[in-house]
Amino acid sequence: MTALEHALKELKDDVILMWIMVEAQLQAAHKAMLEYDQHLAREVMQKEKRINAYELKIDEQCEDILARYQPVAVDLRFLLAVLKINANLERTADIADGIARYVIDAPEGFDHDLLQSTHLLDMYTEGMTMLSDTRIAFEREDTALARSIFQRDEIIDTYNLQALDIVTEHLQQGSAHIRQELLVLSIIRKLERVGDQAKNLAEEIIFYVEAKVLKHHSRKEL
Amino acid sequence: MERPILEVKHFHAWFGDHEVVKDVNLTLYRNKVIAVMGPSGCGKTTFLRCINRMHELTPGARTEGEILLEGENIYEMSPIVLRLRVGMVFQRPNPFPHLTIYENVLAGYLLNNIPLSRTEKDAIVEDSLRKAALWNEVKDNLKKKGNFLSGGQQQRLCIARAIAMKPDILLLDEPTSALDPISTAGIEELTQELKKNYTLILVTHNMQQAARVSDETAFFYMGELVEFAPTRQIFTAPRDQRTQNYITGRFS
Repeated sequence: MTALEHALKELKDDVILMWIMVEAQLQAAHKAMLEYDQHLAREVMQKEKRINAYELKIDEQCEDILARYQPVAVDLRFLLAVLKINANLERTADIADGIARYVIDAPEGFDHDLLQSTHLLDMYTEGMTMLSDTRIAFEREDTALARSIFQRDEIIDTYNLQALDIVTEHLQQGSAHIRQELLVLSIIRKLERVGDQAKNLAEEIIFYVEAKVLKHHSRKEL
Repeated sequence: MERPILEVKHFHAWFGDHEVVKDVNLTLYRNKVIAVMGPSGCGKTTFLRCINRMHELTPGARTEGEILLEGENIYEMSPIVLRLRVGMVFQRPNPFPHLTIYENVLAGYLLNNIPLSRTEKDAIVEDSLRKAALWNEVKDNLKKKGNFLSGGQQQRLCIARAIAMKPDILLLDEPTSALDPISTAGIEELTQELKKNYTLILVTHNMQQAARVSDETAFFYMGELVEFAPTRQIFTAPRDQRTQNYITGRFS
């Protein structure tokens, strides 16, 4: 293995570790929300700092590889993809942090019927699965799996659009939990962003493996 | 549609029984820098030497196929006329040590007994040295011998000597491999100026150099032209796995 290959392998391992850490953050925020566990929500916020530090570490590794090895072709694409993946993962961790903050802001535990009827739980499960599937696609360089993310993001987008109508209807019916309804809507908006981030991650995997730029293309073109 | 400056059609070259260039097909256009790269022994220098028919000077060497310079088969041209139109700069700077800087620039004319007036000579020397980015450094020392210059300056003098003949194509065979990084940067910068007037074919082992200076890159492997494409494509998304393996250092 050349020194460059070694450095790239180390970088890939670190990105996968970052990915797993972000997935764990989303899962913990999910649990905190379901169980109204404000202690766990604070832990999520605390661990966010660790994610930020890891993002900087990966950025530095990329800088180091660029400066020392001047990678080209697939190696260059990998490095460019990692720079963006790293930023996308950090933003996904920010979303988990945001959800944890809503749990702390919530005056009471979330109504499970509300979480069901707004499809928040479906969105959450789909968002977490999309994130872990993009990680698997990255690990295996599986562009077919990466491509499957685009269609799944559309499901999340549809739930997001429906959520406003559902919450509006609840409010019109004189809901006694206006604050909770609004917090649920805010969490749904954040989960919609998880879907977007997963889609961005999938685009970077395809760019790295196939040298194809899918950004700003319509679904038909994908 | 633009007419190609050079067309290579089903071209092969041998040293005795050993085929070193295999069925190469290539079309080059004016005012570009074309990098030719590949591992040692891949046939890139032999290919370069075929373009000005220096390959055939080696005993036992032969070729097959066509190389057309502006549509004219170079193997049907006088080698002397061809070499006036296709200049060459070698790996090591090789100014004539017994000639002055002034005479070195005019060496092509002197050796071919092409008569020039004093005014014409002065104009060619100044123009060639300016194009080779050497005029300001040597204009007060034109009567000094060429070997008084530094390595980088000597190589630019060799470039001036080549372009003094007003060639269509300039062949550069690893022109910076014997130079320090500063001189190398000077020659690389010069290629960008020279391509305004000439077509440059640059054989290089230095992949970063190919990436920096060329518009198109040809990758040779075991005598075969594996891939020829815009340099950006070669260095970001090469089509052939062998090209990718070579430029990423994974060639076994």
